[in-house]
Amino acid sequence: MNVVVCVKQIPDPAAPQALDPDTKTLVREGKLILDDSDAYGVEMGLQLAEQAGGGEVTLVSMAPGGETSGLRTALAMGAAKAILVSDDALKGSDALATAKVLAKAVERAQPDLVIAATESTDGYTGTTPVQMAELLGMPSVTFAKKVAVSDGTVRVERQTEAGYDDVECPLPAVVTVTAGVVEPRYPSFKGIMAAKSKPVDQLTVADLGIDAGQVGLGGAGQEVTQVADAEARAGGEIVVDEGDAHEQVVRFLEQLKLV
Amino acid sequence: MSIEKIWVVVEIADGNPISSSLELLTQARAMAGTVEALSWGPDAAKAAGEVGSFGATTLYDVGDIGDALPGVPVAAAVKALVEAGNRPDVILIPTTYDGRDIAGRLSAMLDLPVITNVVGLSEEGDEVRSEHGLFGGAKVAVARFTAQRPWIFVVRAKSFAAEASGGGAADVMPAPVPELGATNAAKIDARHVEEQSGPKLDEADVVVSGGRGLGSAENYAMIEELAKLLKGAAGASRAIVDAGWVPYSHQVGQTGKTVKPTLYIACGISGATQHLVGMKGSKNIVAINKDQDAPIFSVADLGIVGDVHKVVPKLIEALKARG
Repeated sequence: MNVVVCVKQIPDPAAPQALDPDTKTLVREGKLILDDSDAYGVEMGLQLAEQAGGGEVTLVSMAPGGETSGLRTALAMGAAKAILVSDDALKGSDALATAKVLAKAVERAQPDLVIAATESTDGYTGTTPVQMAELLGMPSVTFAKKVAVSDGTVRVERQTEAGYDDVECPLPAVVTVTAGVVEPRYPSFKGIMAAKSKPVDQLTVADLGIDAGQVGLGGAGQEVTQVADAEARAGGEIVVDEGDAHEQVVRFLEQLKLV
Repeated sequence: MSIEKIWVVVEIADGNPISSSLELLTQARAMAGTVEALSWGPDAAKAAGEVGSFGATTLYDVGDIGDALPGVPVAAAVKALVEAGNRPDVILIPTTYDGRDIAGRLSAMLDLPVITNVVGLSEEGDEVRSEHGLFGGAKVAVARFTAQRPWIFVVRAKSFAAEASGGGAADVMPAPVPELGATNAAKIDARHVEEQSGPKLDEADVVVSGGRGLGSAENYAMIEELAKLLKGAAGASRAIVDAGWVPYSHQVGQTGKTVKPTLYIACGISGATQHLVGMKGSKNIVAINKDQDAPIFSVADLGIVGDVHKVVPKLIEALKARG
């Protein structure tokens, strides 16, 4: 079984984030890392391919400047190869344009199953995988907390407001996984060394047959008009616990008439 | 071109429209002369009275979609209406599991963009501006569509207060699902309702949440105990959900639930932006954390710099002693 895992390479969430003053989009410069949310999808893809007893995991990613740092992490975990779409024309693309690019790249790998995270950590639009599924003409099952594949069917426990649903879907299909669906493996030293020589097929928008005017800031059907500081919440009282701070909490609860 | 007509996607749970959909009907009423609702499932038509009392004059009934996931059939039904010439200016969809699926499918089907994570909406001339929290709510971004209408917004729960207008029942109009191919092949085999004691996380008056500072999964029991004593619900940060300590349904934050209780108690939670987005709107916030520089203290009304393993058990004992 061939699995495509869509991964996003993002600025380190632990580092301070900034917006471009002109476009008001997130600055994505310098070294990017594999989005933590995507490590679960990569692990899920690897496990499903192993269980199927054959096939491989191909990564698909869109990133500026030919960035591969995050891809190397996922390749070190065990993915076989990667397709990276990198093109200056893509700067400022919205979710729908991103889905169009990813769909064209995914088609090249002819997968049985496409896995993505439910949303990215930096942009968290949360619609790209489903938009991509529609463009690929595939069914989709989102918010998977458990995934199994057999006989050309993917079986998913899908998170719901009340609990979860058992969902069955014929392949090929797009599945989005929640964090915690599996425990991502740490890349081994051997894996890290091997990842350096794994193939990364770098493509441009033109290679995918996409009109550059459809993507990027120019192709985006939305814009941020203004960014301002939010109304600050007035700071409260800070107490260092000397063994009796819980009494302060009780008094606070009394004031709120909650006890 | 002013905003004349808004459609609101109304999701039904346990036979009734969910509160997020009623919030959106209320806001739609403030923005447009004509508000119409769209719903699906066996109970859809029964919602005509309730959506009418929140200002919808028409309820488009997609009908029973059986065991299909709603994303594809509901989006296809909307697309069919739009292509038949019934074009709203704006479509409002609640941020739910199914709402996000519907929005994604509809966006690709209509080849129109979608704006998600909306926490505020306003009319400015002939445009609609949406508000979004950035960097954990430290900044507010305002966005707008430059594409053609309908403009599709996916709005987070509790962004607006739901208020009935006292209108009569909406006219029910069928919005049949057209013939669908492979995209609609996912089918629900069984539905599992996880038993939950106490109030729901997003409706509770008190929410007690635990984070990485608890140290281990076993210590989450004291969060549940404290929540129970205060007749509240137990929440969690993304860190401990990712670590598998508690189920995803407990997650508060950007990826999880938005809560606005009277009191939010954060135990061993540092206050990553991811978490702050989901709880910053709480009326009162108490934070207990051993790191005095933790960002959670910047939003706390009462901050206790201390060890959760000491403070929380003493708090539980003190509350029990009061009976």
